[in-house]
Amino acid sequence: MAKAATATMQAGDSEPTSLGAALADAATAAVIALLLAMPILAYRSVEQAVSLGMEARWGAIAIGVAAVFAGRLAINLLGPRLSGPVGELFAALKSAIVRVFHAIGGWRTVLGMLLMLAMAASGAGKLSTPRWFDLLLIVPLAIGVWRRSPAWLFLGLALFFPFAPGASRYWIENFGILVLIYVMLGWGLNVVVGLAGLLDLGYVAFYAVGAYSYALLAQTFGLSFWICLPLAGILAALWGVLLGFPVLRLRGDYLAIVTLAFGEIIRVVLINWQSLTGGPNGISGIPRPTLFGLEFKADGGFADYFGLEHTSLHRIIFLYYIILVLALVTNWVTVRLRRLPVGRAWEAMREDEIACRSLGINITNTKLTAFSIGAMFGGFAGAFFATKQGFISPESFTFWESAIILAIVVLGGMGSQVGVAVAALVMIGGTELFRELEIYRMLVFGVAMVAVMVWRPRGVVSGRVPTIALKETRRIGGDLVKEGHG
Amino acid sequence: MEYFVQQLINGLTLGSIYGLIAIGYTMVYGIIGMINFAHGDVFMVGSFIGLLLFLMIGLTAATPLVVIILALIGVLIVAMALTAVWGWTIERLAYRPLRGSFRLAPLITAIGMSIVLTNLVQIAQGARVKNLPPDIKDRLAGGFTVLRGADGFDAVVSYRQLVIVGVTVTLMAFFTWLITSTSLGRAQRACEQDRTMAALTGVDVDRTISITFVIGAALAAVAGVMFLVYYGAIDFYIGFVAGIKAFTAAVLGGIGSLPGAMLGGLLIGLIEVFWAGYVGSEYKDVAAFSILALVLIFRPEGLLGRPEIEKV
Repeated sequence: MAKAATATMQAGDSEPTSLGAALADAATAAVIALLLAMPILAYRSVEQAVSLGMEARWGAIAIGVAAVFAGRLAINLLGPRLSGPVGELFAALKSAIVRVFHAIGGWRTVLGMLLMLAMAASGAGKLSTPRWFDLLLIVPLAIGVWRRSPAWLFLGLALFFPFAPGASRYWIENFGILVLIYVMLGWGLNVVVGLAGLLDLGYVAFYAVGAYSYALLAQTFGLSFWICLPLAGILAALWGVLLGFPVLRLRGDYLAIVTLAFGEIIRVVLINWQSLTGGPNGISGIPRPTLFGLEFKADGGFADYFGLEHTSLHRIIFLYYIILVLALVTNWVTVRLRRLPVGRAWEAMREDEIACRSLGINITNTKLTAFSIGAMFGGFAGAFFATKQGFISPESFTFWESAIILAIVVLGGMGSQVGVAVAALVMIGGTELFRELEIYRMLVFGVAMVAVMVWRPRGVVSGRVPTIALKETRRIGGDLVKEGHG
Repeated sequence: MEYFVQQLINGLTLGSIYGLIAIGYTMVYGIIGMINFAHGDVFMVGSFIGLLLFLMIGLTAATPLVVIILALIGVLIVAMALTAVWGWTIERLAYRPLRGSFRLAPLITAIGMSIVLTNLVQIAQGARVKNLPPDIKDRLAGGFTVLRGADGFDAVVSYRQLVIVGVTVTLMAFFTWLITSTSLGRAQRACEQDRTMAALTGVDVDRTISITFVIGAALAAVAGVMFLVYYGAIDFYIGFVAGIKAFTAAVLGGIGSLPGAMLGGLLIGLIEVFWAGYVGSEYKDVAAFSILALVLIFRPEGLLGRPEIEKV
């Protein structure tokens, strides 16, 4: 609401533009678009018998340039106030759209409704549950509405998701589990970036350490998933300390680059250390997790023990709940840590490192704890990833994974647990919906990253609730939250 | 000895390419204090524009060498201009709206832009490796023998290596003059020192920053075309690794310093080539990244940079 108010205020302050100026500006934009497209988009190099040939596609470029013209014109007409009767018409139109959006109830409700639709829309292969089970969907909704908190709504939805009407194997595996892995990674990185304010571009290194630790421990010593899980976390945390010790005295951007370099070094080592990691071929045949010793197999497994009909869906649902619990543990630990002295030290350090140091807080130790705790959660997520996939290779741990996780944290609003979850859901779930448009998926992802950042630089949930307050807890608006120390 | 001299020549050539990209990083970092993550991909875009321009000209095996070299210079100029438009647009769309926002914001949009450029080129040009037509590549591969070895291994300087080093030296001289002796360069240095104060004294800060991006992109385009001519093969993914190495070069030389970027580029190129030549090519990227980490840990201001003073 406040956002809309400032937007109107800004629009009111700015100079009214004439229609002619708006047209001229749009034409300039179209010319620039044409220059951009020339020749890298207008021509495609194609392999021919001897050497490369070319293929023109001016038709597509003409459409693109026309779209830029129209889009820019629309922004000019809808953005700042336009003079004359045309302007008044557009202003009326704009306020009508804003009013409709507010009548629906803001983005949270819209998102919730979209989620419901998505869950109801998909089809076959679901677990045969009684009809009344579908009605349970009302429970998380009721709690969410009653507590007036999106967190509860999301928690309810997440708990119920595998049994929701229309939740097929495909949806649980490729949507539910995947989104939750990124929620967990986002929450883990949130400790480092959001709470401690340390910019880490190599988080995927710890994810890789966790995954390879589990794969190697399980294959070499035959240890089970439940023994390896803490070990993978501890190993990742150790790596965090090891890497963190020399680099943590660096400032913002430099820290980012060094962590990026470490992430890449670990990946290159994984590729080249063939005898240990299998090189680019990776490790396959990683054992699956068991439920108190019960395996998920056709004979003598989980289904037999409980007298159920065997289906591979049981294992998927089991995996879903493992990652849900892991993610919730991450969240719970983070929320608790924020109230401990170390958590407060993190946030103090994020706000002002020098002031923090002069108050007698040991900066190195504080940074190291944040770094290694974040790394530990990355390690847990990595071990889970390895057991879920059954196969890992260095290809899963490229820099882009780090970039995506960081984008989730920043776009979600650094330090906000709900924001990170929402961002993971929208970014990962959203691109997963576009799975058919495989090659456009990452393009859309990149455009979304830029657009959301320009639109809301503080992230989706930009307000912040202080961890401790004198009398009553109050949210702090995003524009008041100021931390410039990266 | 011949092997050493050959590696030295190769290293200097590669270093020139890295140095040209590194200037883009160092100038942008100097003026607005952000790591322009998309810069490596601007280099890649420049390289693709160069390839398409070569294809448009349509050189054949019968074209004399002089014409090929003239065509190369023409391609360089057009590619610089077109890539500069990309640089300008990226700054306008992704970085300018976030000026004055917190530090992480432009870094995130830069990563986003990097993803956009990589995937846009992948969609527009396909994921396969593109080879420069052999007519151009082979003709430029010939050269002079510098040192004749006893065992039949000669150290050779090829025409393309001469072109690369020559163009780099010319451009460096031009831009050093531009930064030190023109009003544009003065405005740029003023913005680098204190943006608010520069604005108060009448410097158009937004325009100066735009021009910085334009120059950076143009130099990246030169590096891109050089890379294309030198290796003869490009794909949409070359920007990432080249970008990181060039950034390493900028940091090694001292970020914000133009001669530092060039020096850093040459050092990184030499280290990479010698590492690959004497140790093995498997870990050559690790060598570059380790140097980056070591420099930042032990000498964060780089070789030619000034140490930053922390103000409270």
